[in-house]
Amino acid sequence: MQPTPSTSALPSAWSAQVESYLADGENVLAWLETDLDVQLHFASGLLVVTNLRLLSRSSTDAPWQDWIYRQGMMLTRRDHSGIGNLELTDTDSLLACWRYTLSNNLAAGRLLEHFLQQLGHHLTGELPLSPEHILCPKCQSVLDAPLPPGQEECALCSKEMYTPPSTWTLFRLWRFARPYKWRLLAGFLLTLGSTAATLVPPYMTMPLMDNVLIPYQNGKPIDTDLVTLYLSGLFGAALLAWMLGWARTYVLALVSERIGADLRTATYEHLLKLSQEYFGGKRTGDLMARIGSETDRINIFISLHLLDFATDVLMIAMTAAILVSINPWLALVTLLPLPIIAWLIHVVRDKLRTGFEKVDRIWAEVTNVLADTIPGMRVVKAFAQEKREAARFRATNQHNLEVNDRVNKIWSLFTPTVTLLTEIGLLVVWIFGIWQVSENAITVGVLTAFLAYISRFYLRLDSMSRIVSFTQKAAAGTKRIFEILDQTSSVPEPANPAHLPSVTGRIELRGVGFRYGTRSVTRDISIVIEPGEMVGLVGHSGSGKSTLVNLICRFYDVTEGAILIDGVDIRSLPVAEYRKHVGLVLQEPFLFFGTIAENIAYGKPEATRAEIVAAARAAHAHEFILRLPHGYDSLAGERGQALSGGERQRISIARALLIDPRILILDEATSSVDTATEKEIQKALDNLVRGRTTIAIAHRLSTLRGADRLIVLDRGSIVEVGNHAELMARAGHYYNLYQAQARNVDTEDDLHRQDIALKTEEARI
Amino acid sequence: MINQPDFQLSRNAFGRLVFISPDGQTQEGVVAVRAFPIAAPDQGIALLDTQGHELVWIECLGDLPDELRTLIEAELGSREFMPEIKRILGVSSFATPCTWQVETDRGVTAFILKGEENIRRLTPPALLITESHGIHFLIRDRFALDHHSRKILDRFL
Repeated sequence: MQPTPSTSALPSAWSAQVESYLADGENVLAWLETDLDVQLHFASGLLVVTNLRLLSRSSTDAPWQDWIYRQGMMLTRRDHSGIGNLELTDTDSLLACWRYTLSNNLAAGRLLEHFLQQLGHHLTGELPLSPEHILCPKCQSVLDAPLPPGQEECALCSKEMYTPPSTWTLFRLWRFARPYKWRLLAGFLLTLGSTAATLVPPYMTMPLMDNVLIPYQNGKPIDTDLVTLYLSGLFGAALLAWMLGWARTYVLALVSERIGADLRTATYEHLLKLSQEYFGGKRTGDLMARIGSETDRINIFISLHLLDFATDVLMIAMTAAILVSINPWLALVTLLPLPIIAWLIHVVRDKLRTGFEKVDRIWAEVTNVLADTIPGMRVVKAFAQEKREAARFRATNQHNLEVNDRVNKIWSLFTPTVTLLTEIGLLVVWIFGIWQVSENAITVGVLTAFLAYISRFYLRLDSMSRIVSFTQKAAAGTKRIFEILDQTSSVPEPANPAHLPSVTGRIELRGVGFRYGTRSVTRDISIVIEPGEMVGLVGHSGSGKSTLVNLICRFYDVTEGAILIDGVDIRSLPVAEYRKHVGLVLQEPFLFFGTIAENIAYGKPEATRAEIVAAARAAHAHEFILRLPHGYDSLAGERGQALSGGERQRISIARALLIDPRILILDEATSSVDTATEKEIQKALDNLVRGRTTIAIAHRLSTLRGADRLIVLDRGSIVEVGNHAELMARAGHYYNLYQAQARNVDTEDDLHRQDIALKTEEARI
Repeated sequence: MINQPDFQLSRNAFGRLVFISPDGQTQEGVVAVRAFPIAAPDQGIALLDTQGHELVWIECLGDLPDELRTLIEAELGSREFMPEIKRILGVSSFATPCTWQVETDRGVTAFILKGEENIRRLTPPALLITESHGIHFLIRDRFALDHHSRKILDRFL
């Protein structure tokens, strides 16, 4: 038997078993490892399509089952809430069924395709099409368009990659520190100098004691010159330490502020590049907290705590060196508690880190409650739920308290313990020192110097132990920032982008499917929209109209199939370049804070005033803008509150007109306004649509009367395509929708218009 | 109280449920869904036709005659998939995304958790974990888990 590429790809646990069971000349064409059994328990099974039959085994030791291709056999694939279902039936009954989780969905699709080919081959003798599919080199899945050169895996593969971020997150900040490395080095040298300078005074106590005070006590007069020399040395050192300390703090604070600013900007820039899918799953409050307060925390950490820490470490190292140089034995005794404290710090660090991560998460939760409620204040008030919202906030706050209490329990024990160890250390030095002095092994001066040093030394250790908490907080913050920075957009920029200098606006959808979580929203949609054509998408809400539009705009990437513009897969075009060709008018037009003119020129900031006015005129917005007190310079509020829905809509139409896109998407552009306003908008839209490939979604079917073709969607699939007359004549889905709308007297305020529209349409037929 | 319902339900050779309404109309491929799969799994069960339209609403599963109830329970059992985590065996990392090894009421498996926000707090003490493919894993009572599992879980909450 010739090994085929697919057999070699069989999981190793199965390949030997399968091969021993195959007949002569039988080839494995496709396989699916089922990870669930019929009762939906996790169990590993295998399903194989060969050129002779369908083979299956429910576990490694279960008997093989096989089915020879025959008339009436059918394999169907369905999925529901995260589980796929394959059913093999013949004309009168169910033969078998298999379940799998959707991680195996691709394999299932491939298996089904091969099964149908083989079945067709056996029944009709028709040779299966030699697979001219392009396969992804990594996952072997069939691609709809060739991979752009330089890209080694398909979009699906890269989606499956999850690598946890490294624990040494703080070091990743180096990426942002690198531009300032010379200034950082200068800061470090200054730190070194200033720390050394602060260590001079305790050293001076030694000769002061031994050469001045003790001889005086023994009856010698004080040597004034010597005292002046020592004391001026003390003063000079203090002065030097002050100057160096000032310079160091200034330089490093400057750098850290810049690093913080870079971090914030980089995070926001990255955030803007992420796909709509990411924002769908995140809450605004959380993201705002991350970019705002986390970067600030990291910033303070670098400028204050890290600096202190560096000083402490230097101080300890230098002190240790000095102590050893004076008297190694006494130094050894002095430094004894150091490892114990180091160990203590290590133990508490882990506990504190998880604690602080928790505190951060709960803090984001608190912000989330606010971000959820404040924009919905009208609803809260309308339903008189202020008390409940207050209770919700209080509950979150309570949770915050609980988490904080737990952290503080460990934390509060930590500092006093360090202090206690410090005191014990001092005691040990006193005991050992007095004994040594009594033995005449050291002078009183040496002991005084030691005591002066170690009181500083332990003070440093104490503040060093405090750094633990700040480091952990900063590390937790860094992790949360890098979570955003590590997030790759689910609409990735192509590695080797293709470029379309000019676009005619031909859109082709090839077997497009999209899945949101476990819910498959659209299935196998294939259609070609010619340049300049206006297409209307019709269907019940939830039929996948908006999803289709989001896919065409590339807010999301398709899960199956491909979307091509002028024959080029949109995934191989740079995202921003592609979107330049697409104009979008939404149901709820969003106006940014700024003047009307700025809002119109949002997609083309370099537009001249004449262009802006021309666009506004074409959008029938010119006149009402002139009626505003400051004309084009009037401010449109946060959400353009001073303007009516229709007015805002016309501004957004002007916005789309100004960028002059080849492809235009109208997503329920007239749904939120009354019929009179709709007419105004419709006029504006007629100007916009002219000569562009247009895809329009409308709930009111009457708005789509200008469409060349209507595409009727139902539950994620295309059910009918044609113009109004054809579809009415077919008396199918569209006819029902139309009739339902025309009849719906109570809910549709434009009954009269509908009727007229209906009549005119009928007259046309 | 057991009421004899005014509809009939049976399973055909294709394994599909066939519904016969009081006026004698037959619907094939009927599916059963729970309205509150987590909060009240045994109350509010709907039978839907292939178009997703509701055919009948069953207030409480316990009110049905045994035969009918087992039929519906079998159908529900074959469709719904929300493994309940009994034990967390291990996680690849405490930073997301990470792989979780868990023991569920449907056997041992592994899944990828994309982010902490995919662990949703339901009415306490229940938690719902959504893995990267969208399958929901339920933890009915997080305080009833063993010490090791709770410790792991705690790092993500």
